[in-house]
Amino acid sequence: MTMLKINDLHASIDGKAILKGIDLEVKAGEVHAIMGPNGSGKSTLANVLVGRDGYTVTRGRVTYNGQNLLELSPEERAHEGIFLAFQYPVEIPGVSNINLLKASVNAVRKHRGEKELDAIDFLKLVKAKLKTVDMKQELLYRSVNEGFSGGEKKRNEVFQMAVLEPTLAIMDETDSGLDIDALKAVASGVNALRADDRAIIVVTHYQRLLDYIVPDYVHVLAHGSVIKSGDKSLALELEKHGYGWIESHADDQAGAATVSGAG
Amino acid sequence: MNDLAINDYLGAHPDMSAALAGSATAWVAQTRRDALERFQSEGFPTPRHEAWRYTNVRPILKQSFTPSVAQRDDAEEIDLEKLSITPAVGPRLVFVNGHLSSRLSTLDDIDAGVRARSLAAVLDNEPDSVKPHLARQMPGCAHGFTIFNTAFAGDGALIELDAGVKATQPIELLYIVSTPNPGALAQPRNLLIAGPNSEAQIVERYIGPDGDAYFTNVVTEIVLQQDARLGHYKLQEEGDKAFHVGGLFVRHETGSRLYAHSISIGGSLVRNDVHVVLGAPHSACVLNGLYVAGGRQHVDNHTHIDHAEPDTNSNEVYKGIVDGRARAVFQGRVVVHQDAQRSDAQQSNKNLLLSRNAEVDTKPQLEIYADDVACSHGATVGQLDPDAVFYLRSRGVAEEAARGLLTYAFANDAVEKIQIVSLRERLESVIAAKLLKRDSVEELL
Repeated sequence: MTMLKINDLHASIDGKAILKGIDLEVKAGEVHAIMGPNGSGKSTLANVLVGRDGYTVTRGRVTYNGQNLLELSPEERAHEGIFLAFQYPVEIPGVSNINLLKASVNAVRKHRGEKELDAIDFLKLVKAKLKTVDMKQELLYRSVNEGFSGGEKKRNEVFQMAVLEPTLAIMDETDSGLDIDALKAVASGVNALRADDRAIIVVTHYQRLLDYIVPDYVHVLAHGSVIKSGDKSLALELEKHGYGWIESHADDQAGAATVSGAG
Repeated sequence: MNDLAINDYLGAHPDMSAALAGSATAWVAQTRRDALERFQSEGFPTPRHEAWRYTNVRPILKQSFTPSVAQRDDAEEIDLEKLSITPAVGPRLVFVNGHLSSRLSTLDDIDAGVRARSLAAVLDNEPDSVKPHLARQMPGCAHGFTIFNTAFAGDGALIELDAGVKATQPIELLYIVSTPNPGALAQPRNLLIAGPNSEAQIVERYIGPDGDAYFTNVVTEIVLQQDARLGHYKLQEEGDKAFHVGGLFVRHETGSRLYAHSISIGGSLVRNDVHVVLGAPHSACVLNGLYVAGGRQHVDNHTHIDHAEPDTNSNEVYKGIVDGRARAVFQGRVVVHQDAQRSDAQQSNKNLLLSRNAEVDTKPQLEIYADDVACSHGATVGQLDPDAVFYLRSRGVAEEAARGLLTYAFANDAVEKIQIVSLRERLESVIAAKLLKRDSVEELL
């Protein structure tokens, strides 16, 4: 069934229109890649989906598991199982990684009417998940992202995602600035999360990440709308010809946007 | 002369001074007379003094407080348990309105080589033992409140550490203002002498009742002899209408180290002065400060570090959280004198403003007269990082809780530096409670 349905979504930042009519459908079990050149609106789409301040939705609808997503606060979206792996993870001095995770896990459990995890069960869960992204245990007790390398920050995002087990995971340029080892670790963490009841949206500039996280659908964004959709072979074509090629074909492909990802 | 209150104090002095401890000893009486003369000509500081530009003490001078003489019965009413004071884990001296209460104090477990006594008793019985140190650590620029204390104070703590002693337990000094009659004036006078190569931790804690405009004016002098290491904690947790002025004066001998923590939470008008003289090579100090102010509180922290000799080191970090209509002031002056080559001085003041009506005035000052030094200073005034708030919310933490968590994290940096575990844990909950109170107050507005 359809988990996420985006209809004619328009959004702006400081009065400047960035998204100009996005249509997209994502079903449970699917992995969608959203590609596009810089300034195409990929990150804006990711941020609008998680309710970040400063993005104004001017038109359109987003339905998530049957409810109006745009009415929910960021924390409510998290409680409902939406997770964003940040493009630029924030450093939070004085709040340890483990305390953030505990607050987070328990907030989600509370929302679901489940009991808070006790310290031992929580630690067991956390340690198991550390392995899936090959992250050092000492980072658990450090302040969130403070003094982490670029690779450590991105691993930490995927690690949090692994612990929180979201229903809809959105990766915002998680591959940017990663060396090949970190990229593989991040990809294996994401692949471990692939499941029939979960959807993943991978926002990326480069095809490289998609060698490791193989998407079911690829959508190309330019100037705030989806100009072409296809399967994983579209990403390879983009790699070969560059974004210029697809933008020049955009007019021919106009019809593709509305049926994209309907799979 | 800036106020009527001063005339009241001056008028009371002749009667009072005769009753003060040590008054029969010529040098003690002379020290007080000298201070009184200076006080008479200088009075209390006004905003015309550069060091008081942001703090007007008029509210303290609008009424004359009743100087507390040694009324032993002040302490009779006091039940520490009712004041939520946990039983002492080590040696503890309790002062009520500035005077030692033997009944409330406990010295059973004091380490050998550590002496903790009432200054009044020493001034009466063996005054010459403190003659080289008492009232000798304040530089000439000491302000009117310090001089006022010197002229009127008769009791406080005298802590002496013998050479080589390593105290195993912190020494707690608890200052309680008890106000059967409102408007009490407590002027404790403390002297801490750490002998060569000694090591100890000393906690000064100031408390009093909410709702009463009393006045604590304290002076603490510290002498750190060769290679002594002292952890000093000042916890200002006065009542919400209280005035608190405190001076800490420290003189370092060769190789000595000071770890001074100043945590200011209570009071209505508060001024803390810290003056450290790194007066010998290889001496070093670490100043860790935290102030949390809300409502209409005014908290002024004024620090002055003199690097007087070569190879001296200072590291100062003061952090402040200011909410409501509160105002916080930080003035940090570091002077690296001409002979203080190879000195290292680092200073930072960071403030978090939680409300539109809160105000922070921060003035770091670095004066360097030597050429081979490493110095830095900086000050910031900011709000909670909206990206950090969003990050926490995106992980499911509710907005109000996210703000509370980040505010607490800002303070926690300073609290984590506290080495005494029981003290750190108590302060964690005191500060969390104060920050939470802010939230519930906000809901009411």
